[in-house]
Order: sequence, then C-alpha cells, then structure tokens
Amino acid sequence: MTAPAIELKGISKAFGPVQANKDISIRVMPGTIHGIIGENGAGKSTLMSILYGFYKADAGEVFIAGQKTEIPDSQAAIAAGIGMVFQHFKLVENFSVLENVVLGAEDGALLAPSLRKARRELTSLADEYELSIDPDAIIQDIGVGMQQRVEILKALYRRADILILDEPTGVLTPAEADQLFRILERLKEEGKTIILITHKLREIMETTDTVSVMRRGEMTATVKTADTSPEELAELMVGRKVLLRVNKVPAKPGAAILDVQKLNVVDDAGVHRVKDVSLTVRAGEVLGIAGVSGNGQSELLEVLGGYQSATGTVQVNGTEIDLSGKFSDGQSRRARGIAHVPEDRQREGLIMDFHAWENVAFGYHHDGAYQANGFMMNNRAIKEDTDAKMGRFDVRPPNPNLNAKNFSGGNQQKIVLAREIERNPDLLLVGQPTRGVDIGAIEFIHQQIIALRDQGKAILLVSVELDEIMSLSDRIAVMFDGAIMGERLPAETDERELGLLMAGMNGSAA
Amino acid sequence: MKPIPGWADVILIPLVSVLLAALCAALLVLAIDEDPVEAMKLMIDGTLFRSAGWGFMLYYTTNFIFTGLAVSIAFHAALFNIGGEGQAMLGGLGVALVCLFIPWPHWTLAILGATAGAMVFGAIWAAIPAYLQAKRGSHIVITTIMFNFIAAALLNYLLVNTLKPVGSMDPATASFPAATHLPTFQDMAGLLGFEGMFRGSPANVSFFLAIIACFVLWILIWRTRLGYQIRALGHSPSAAKYAGISPTKIIIVTMLISGGLAGMMAVNTTQGEAERLILNFTEGAGFLGIAVALMGRSHPFGVFLSALLFGFLFQGGAELGFWTSIPRELILVIQALVILFVGALDNMVRMVVGQAFHLVGYRRA
Repeated sequence: MTAPAIELKGISKAFGPVQANKDISIRVMPGTIHGIIGENGAGKSTLMSILYGFYKADAGEVFIAGQKTEIPDSQAAIAAGIGMVFQHFKLVENFSVLENVVLGAEDGALLAPSLRKARRELTSLADEYELSIDPDAIIQDIGVGMQQRVEILKALYRRADILILDEPTGVLTPAEADQLFRILERLKEEGKTIILITHKLREIMETTDTVSVMRRGEMTATVKTADTSPEELAELMVGRKVLLRVNKVPAKPGAAILDVQKLNVVDDAGVHRVKDVSLTVRAGEVLGIAGVSGNGQSELLEVLGGYQSATGTVQVNGTEIDLSGKFSDGQSRRARGIAHVPEDRQREGLIMDFHAWENVAFGYHHDGAYQANGFMMNNRAIKEDTDAKMGRFDVRPPNPNLNAKNFSGGNQQKIVLAREIERNPDLLLVGQPTRGVDIGAIEFIHQQIIALRDQGKAILLVSVELDEIMSLSDRIAVMFDGAIMGERLPAETDERELGLLMAGMNGSAA
Repeated sequence: MKPIPGWADVILIPLVSVLLAALCAALLVLAIDEDPVEAMKLMIDGTLFRSAGWGFMLYYTTNFIFTGLAVSIAFHAALFNIGGEGQAMLGGLGVALVCLFIPWPHWTLAILGATAGAMVFGAIWAAIPAYLQAKRGSHIVITTIMFNFIAAALLNYLLVNTLKPVGSMDPATASFPAATHLPTFQDMAGLLGFEGMFRGSPANVSFFLAIIACFVLWILIWRTRLGYQIRALGHSPSAAKYAGISPTKIIIVTMLISGGLAGMMAVNTTQGEAERLILNFTEGAGFLGIAVALMGRSHPFGVFLSALLFGFLFQGGAELGFWTSIPRELILVIQALVILFVGALDNMVRMVVGQAFHLVGYRRA
C-alpha cells in the first residue's frame, strides 16, 4: 500500500485561550483531490498555515509521503513539495508572468539564466498540464483567472507535488471556476495531490474525492464525497439541520421605489466605473445584481448610499435625489428612507474598535431618540435599543458592551442588518450580505431580507455568490465592466447563462 | 494577541514603560559619574517634600494638561497635531491683547476673557493647517510643525516692534494691569490661613481651569455626538464616509478644539505667572504635550496623571540642575525615552505584560 501524500497526526494549535485546531488528523492519498470545508473561523486556514510553515503547531506531527517532516517555515514547505495558492494572489502586478514565476526561486545573481530556464520549464509545464499562458504578459494586464494560473505555475515550477488552494473560486466567474476545476482534474491525473479549502458545498461535491469537515477547530468527519450529500455536509459544518434554500412566496411587486436612469460614475483616477446603468426596483421585490466583484457594483451601491458622486438621474419614491455629492451624503440618504448594508462591514458598516452599542447608533447618531439633550448623547437609550435589537436578531453573545471586532463575521453582519432593517426603510441596499458569514447565520440573514421584502419594501441586492442571487432575487440584473449586460428572471435562467453574462458575453440576445 | 485586563492596559503598561525609561535614564546618570539613587532622592525631596516644590510641579502640570489634551483630542480624530507650541504662542498673544486692552474689573472676569482670547487665537492658528488638511490633503504633521516657526517669528516681530512698551529693552509687553492678576496657590493658602505655603511658586488658579478642561473634554469625547463623530472618523475614515460623517467638518472642528486647548496654556503662563507676554514662554510644553498624550492614552484622566508625572520630572530636573552637575536637559532625554517606550515600543511592553499575565494563568473569557 502506498503511503499517504500527507498525513497529519494530532495537530493542535492555540492562540491564547482560543483553540484554533484541536487534535486534528487527516490522511490524504496521492493523486486525489481532498476538500476541507468548514465555516469561517473553523480552523481551516490555521491548519493549512501550519502545513505551509507559517505557524508552528503546539502538538502533532506531519508526515509527507510517509516521512516525518518538520516544517518551520515556507521554504521548508516548498522543499517538501508543498505549494500553496492563496486566496489573495501574491503576485507583483507590474512584473511579467515569467518574472513572477522566477521571483524567489532565482538560481543565481544574474537573472537571464533563470529566466531562460523558466521559459523552457513553462513551455513543458504548459504541455504537460494544459496550462498554456503567455510568459511575457504583464500580470496587471491579464484576468484573475490567468493570474491564478500563474500562482499554480509558480507552485509547479518549484516542483510542488501537493497543491493547497485556499478559497480559489472567490474571485472567479463560473466559467473561470469550471476551467480551474478542469486544470485541477488534469493535475490529479498526473499524480499531484490537491487540497481544496472552500466554504462552497457545490465545489466540494463536484470536484473532490474525499472531504473533511471542520467545526470549531475540530475535524468532525472525513468522508468519501460520493457517499455524502450537501445537506449532510452542511449539517456537519453547523452542528444542526440547515435550510440551504430560502423558502419564499412569489413576490407581489408594487410601485417603483427606486428608479435609476443612465447612471455614470467616473472615479478619482478617471476610470469609468459605471456605464449608463438604468434599473428599477419596485416595492415588495428583490432585484439581484450579479457579477464578478469589481465590475461597478460597489460604485453603484456607493452612489445610492450617498458617498460617491455620479451623473444621471436617480429617483426614490418619485423624487429625484442629488448625485453631485454637494447636497448628498449618508445622512441625507437615510433621511430619504434608504438603508444600506455595505459590502465591506469591517471597513464601512462597522467600526471594529467601537462597542456594539456605539455601532448600533452608527449612521443614525442624529436620531432624536439617541440624544439626551442638545449636547450629549443618551448612551443608556442606545444600549437599551442595542439590547432589544440583539435579541430580535439573535446576535451572540448578546452583549452591547463588546467591541465589534470580538463578534464573529455572522454576528457582526447581524448587528449591521439589525441596525438597517429595523429603521423600516423604503429601500434597502444590501451588498454581499453573507460574505464571510457562517452557514447558520446565512439562513437567518436570508430570511430577514425576504421578510423585509414581504413587508412591501424594495431591496437592491448585490452579491458575487450566484447561489445567493438565484435564491433571493425576484429579478436578476448582471453587471460586467460597469454596464448591465441583461436582466433575467430566476426561473427562466441558469448559472450557465448568467455566467456568460458575467463574463461579458451576451450570447442569448436573440 | 493575548487578552489582558483593562486596568493593566491603562495603568500597568504606561507604568512599565515609564520605569523602563527611568532605568535607561539611570544608566545615563551613571555614565556621567553621578549616583542615580541620590539624583532620584534629590528630585523627590525638591518636589514632593516642599510646598513650593508642589507649586512649581503643579504649574508645569497645568501647562502639560492643556497641551496634552490638545494632542489627545486630535489623536481621537487620527490627526497628529505637532503644532501645540505655535498654537500656545498665539494663545499667549490672545491673552496679552485681552488683558492689556480691555479694562477688567476683577480677575474672575479677566480669566474668562483671557481664556476666550487664548482659545480663539490658538484655534485660528490651528485652523489654517486644518483647512489645508481637510480640503487640500496637505499633511497636518508637516503644516503644523511649520506653523510653529511662523508663530515664533510672528511673536518675535510683534514683541520687538509693536507690543514692546516705548523705551523698554526687553522683548515683552508691558505688565498686565493688577486687576487681571490671577491668585496663586500662595495667595489661596494665605486666605485659608496657611500663611507661607507655596511661597514663591507660580502655580495659580488656572490649575483648576485645567482640571475643568479635562472633565469637559472627557464629556466631549465620550458623551457627545461630536465626540462620537470624531472617534468614528479617527477609527475608520471609510466607515465615517459611509455613515455620512463629513471628514472636512470633523477635521476642522477637531483642530479648532485642539488649537484652542493648546492656546489655553497661556492663561497659566502669561496671565498667571509672567503677567506679561514674553518671548519663548512656552518652553517646549507644546511638544511635551505629545509625550503626555501618548502616555495618557489620549484619555483626559490619563493625560492628567501623565501631566502630573511630567510636572514632577520638570521640577525635579530643575532641582538636579541646581544641586548637581546633571544638566536639566536630562529631562529631555527622559521625555524622549518615554515617547520611545510608550509610543514606538508599545507593543514590546504589551507583549511582555501579556505573556506575564498568561503565565500567572489569567483567563477570563
């Protein structure tokens, strides 16, 4: 019997009082794709960081191809044949593909011989794994899918036999993701071992041979993918039964609440971010905006939220709102009944060093109910309000005096949602409502959004998660390169068609 | 990062930092062949075991409270106001104009007028860098430090050419009228029957003004909407933008308050002590405010405590210069060491303290 490519025995790692990994053991056989799935904070990344030499485990042993191996740093990991593709690429933007591949693996003081060797290697790797790429292309000129390919090539150039990919599809279109999985399949056929870290159940089901589930630092199960189901995996991740698809009745759309006509945004750098966008959201419906991140959705939300200037017209409840930025800001938007759950809750939606109660007043700090007199704020009233909101939105722990950064991603998002939804807005802007949120909380957040819709409110949802868009939206608009490529009804479209639109291919115009 | 209890964060870590700074200073004293224990005894004797020593210490403390608060409020908005020195100088000008050209019936009214004058002039001096930062993006550190030089030159010009009484050789204004003179601690002790206490020391009622300022600033930062907006902007400019908090407005308002506080220092020095406007009356207190704010963690109560400590060091340093061959400038070294340990090496101290707590098994989840 062959030795496993990687075997971890009893790995434990604590950060202060937090036990990030508890007695974890896995065996991954060579030539297989092994998935690791778990919620945020379950310890997946810590485990992989130990394997790649970023952290030192408190206890436990690592065996590579049957040999006990110490991995004190990433150089040792590379020497042991481990390659890692990070979620955020580690590439030099203005270097060519070739230079990036060689970077850190130069053979000597002079670059030319290394570059010549790398060029030969790349050609043979491209043949072997069907990873063709132009070695002289500059990183910033090629798409994210290609950039990821460069990361994979970097690992292969360093003779990696084991490839770890951390949330590799986060920034890819569905088509690019499919392409990635074909590459992984091919690498597997060539005998490479692949570890895929993801929170997307669909990817696990489609690509892996075996899957390990992590929950709160522990490995709760390792199963053959063929023997399990998404429902079972979700239950293993969360520890209870989870509804993967939100239950909702058909929408009963009313009058138009938001009407956007020919909206254009040019950012400070002179880049045309939003191009002639026109859309309408009616009362009692969810308009989902699909698209790969960075295609103008963020700017659209910022304009509507009042902190990005634009040209065009936007009407809310039939009256025009100012887009020049002179008479508009977040305050005036809130006064107009627009609530906004921003895409990045840690940078915008919350102040991480503020208490939860301070965050509940955030953006609504002019509200009369929060003032004690003309000068001072009524901190007690804000705390009481926070207590009530935390109860209704099941924020855990329900402690208004905790700093925002001490809550998990899901609970942080619940604080933002509670703050915005409980204002009873006419229009709710929601960006990436479940990014970095655990499955259990996703279910709750989706229910809250649908409940608001059913109260007859208009909701504009921006998400890069196609599943989320499909499950929540009553209509779907797809953005690519700042423009809307088309609008579809969820019942009449599928991921393939949306994926094409997201890639800018309007093939089904007929 | 290991969690450490709140009191350790606020009290223990600054204390350890100060002890480390003192230790380094002691080594320095050893290096110039003096006895650090003896020096420390001299500092304590000269400051804490004489009422006049207290009088000097609290006089310096008053200055440091004002400049420390000025730096603190700016820190809360993530602004680094190095211009306390210049703003205090302009504050002195404000105090002098108010005291010289308005006939005050009584010091109680004069101190209010002088405070207003000091705040307005200090605030104006901070307003220009604030405007440049908020509207033009010129870095406030650069502009405020340049404004210190402009303030010094301006004061020099005015004192030599305009405000100097005819026939005087001294670059200073005329003495303020007696009705503007503030009661010193010596006067107040006399009233209470403790004749001879605080004899000859400059501490005066503006010490209480400083304490009121601490309290008002605490309310402002932690209890008002303005303070909330200032802290929000300081913690996260992107989130402030999302919430509709105007960075321009907050930057300018914060700097006005900061400049006003720095200017208030002149009530103590110019109206309270010198009773006329002299050159270089700030004696570096504007810069020391940075160390005070860093050590006080930008909290008004912390600023009060660290201002006391620096008041002690300042007065103790004068004693050293008087009785030993240790130069008074040693205090500058200690000040620099404190900034180094509290500001730059904060994490080093924090890590060690955190480890210590971990070792003794502090675990409160």
